[in-house]
Amino acid sequence: MNATVERSTRASSNGAIVAGVGLLVLVSLPAWGESSWMRTLVEFACLLTLAQMWNLLAGYGGVVSIGQQAYLGLGAYSLFVLADDAGINPFLCVPLAGLVAAVIALPTAKVVFRLSGGYFAIGTWVVAEVYRLLIANSSYLGGGSGKSLTAVREFSRGARESITYWIGLTVAVGAVAFVYLLLRSRHGIALTSIRDSERASESQGIDVEGTKLWVYIASAAGCGIAGALYYLNIVRISPDSAFNVGWTAYIIFIVVIGGIGTIEGPILGTLIFFLLRWALADYGSTYLIVLGAIAVVVMVKFPRGLWGYVQERYDLRFFPVQRRLRATGGGAQD
Amino acid sequence: MIGWANTIIQGVLLGGLYALFAMGLSLAFGVMRLVNIAHGDLIVLAAFLALLVTQIIGMSPLLALVICVPLMFALGYALQRGLLNFTLGTDILPPLLVTFGLSIIIQNGLLLSFSADPRALRLGGFETDSFHVGGGIAVGYFPLLVLAVAIVLTCALELLFSRTPLGRAFRATSDDPEAAQLMGVNNRHVYALAMGVALAIVAVAAVFYGIRTTFAPTDGPDRLLFAFEAVIIGGLGSFWGTLAGGITLGVAQAIGFRLDPGWGVLAGHLTFLAVLLLRPQGFFPRTR
Repeated sequence: MNATVERSTRASSNGAIVAGVGLLVLVSLPAWGESSWMRTLVEFACLLTLAQMWNLLAGYGGVVSIGQQAYLGLGAYSLFVLADDAGINPFLCVPLAGLVAAVIALPTAKVVFRLSGGYFAIGTWVVAEVYRLLIANSSYLGGGSGKSLTAVREFSRGARESITYWIGLTVAVGAVAFVYLLLRSRHGIALTSIRDSERASESQGIDVEGTKLWVYIASAAGCGIAGALYYLNIVRISPDSAFNVGWTAYIIFIVVIGGIGTIEGPILGTLIFFLLRWALADYGSTYLIVLGAIAVVVMVKFPRGLWGYVQERYDLRFFPVQRRLRATGGGAQD
Repeated sequence: MIGWANTIIQGVLLGGLYALFAMGLSLAFGVMRLVNIAHGDLIVLAAFLALLVTQIIGMSPLLALVICVPLMFALGYALQRGLLNFTLGTDILPPLLVTFGLSIIIQNGLLLSFSADPRALRLGGFETDSFHVGGGIAVGYFPLLVLAVAIVLTCALELLFSRTPLGRAFRATSDDPEAAQLMGVNNRHVYALAMGVALAIVAVAAVFYGIRTTFAPTDGPDRLLFAFEAVIIGGLGSFWGTLAGGITLGVAQAIGFRLDPGWGVLAGHLTFLAVLLLRPQGFFPRTR
């Protein structure tokens, strides 16, 4: 029997065309759009990146962290130190911030990976608090009241906003592409098999501990980049905002509502998050209560999230990471 | 020297409160392996409940326990039976996410109803009275009472687990849920009772916490982290371990605070990480 392995779907081929056109429109936005749109879209890019990173970690790696704000904050603070104190171009500092976060994540992982499951989750939160308190106690970094980014003053406002926006676009597209290509590679198979059963993966020769470690570090790098981007956008930072566990709350709600373990899910979830926040803007923190309640209901009733439901019902996949065997006929059937 | 002795004593007394925070968490870990992220927010919720009771009925906060403890027990039972039981299973994600969602809902619900202002429960002078133990060291009656309550509750929990039919059901479902069910234990009911007891202890912890310091809607996460650290430092599955963990954490924070007021909480976190590196199983682990 002849068979071919299919790795793309009709949705993915058509989706790629639509995405390409959409991207061209987005790239040209600084020429015709308003600067408030760019600021919102940069924030969107940050949350989407954070959500993709958390989804990679929890949805595929099976590592549930509620301390990703540690790397967001560390990445953001390294932007302020590298740009203001070391004099490096602030836009170049965004990728460097990811590197800093990754370097710090390595020894951190050695400590927190002593805990497992739910204990690991809270352990990562403790670590984030340690970094927050260390920075809040450092007068060099502005202590508890924080710092303003002075290095961007040499750029005109228009240039700063446009460049930040383009970096944001690159980061968000890069994060989605990174997760997609990673999952289509052989590492992706290792990751999903670890999520499904650690023991079975181990017996198949997969280095479970090693895989979890590098996924944790890659995710930290992504969060560091997103953090630097976010604070480059608002040019002011404080430890309480950068290391706030609220970041992780947003990310988790986004991923769970959108659909954990899918690439489309975090994108859909980020859209819902922004829509909900916009719709409930006049009611203070009510949107958080609504978001939390939706997340609880989704987790209990629809654990695969909105996109999981769509995928099951309509077999719609824009980012096919699976391999499908399709018979091309000619052989005997048994 | 006297100064340091005083620091240690105050740290031990503070540790009594942390042990109270940690006991309910330790119980939920032990019986249903549930990592309850909303634990700290439930402590703060119970403190606001006690505040409401004292304000509406005008009774002393300690007497308010008579009302708060059964109410929190009922809340715990209902929460476990109506929601958390559906999240238990081999996947670690659902219980974490659902309790995280609850945490955010409770925090913001309290913010909307009570504003961000810090509140306190008042005892009318007793909470600040102290006696001298010589050498210029003063020990507060109230912190001593908190430590005594923590010790008594630890004894009570150990007895509950080792000597009563309910404790036997707790241990059995914890060891092997399926076998316990075959022996006629209703796991869902047992888990709900365990969460009820955990939140009853939370009510006690909350009242003492509210008398000792001020509390605000966003204080929950810190309470959770302190409770969690006490449980892990002490070792999973042992209430005496949890008490020892709470005291260790209290002493570490007191020492850190004495070195620099900004280092108190940080010293506690660092002690926790050091224990994790040097003795990851905690001081007195016991697999139950």
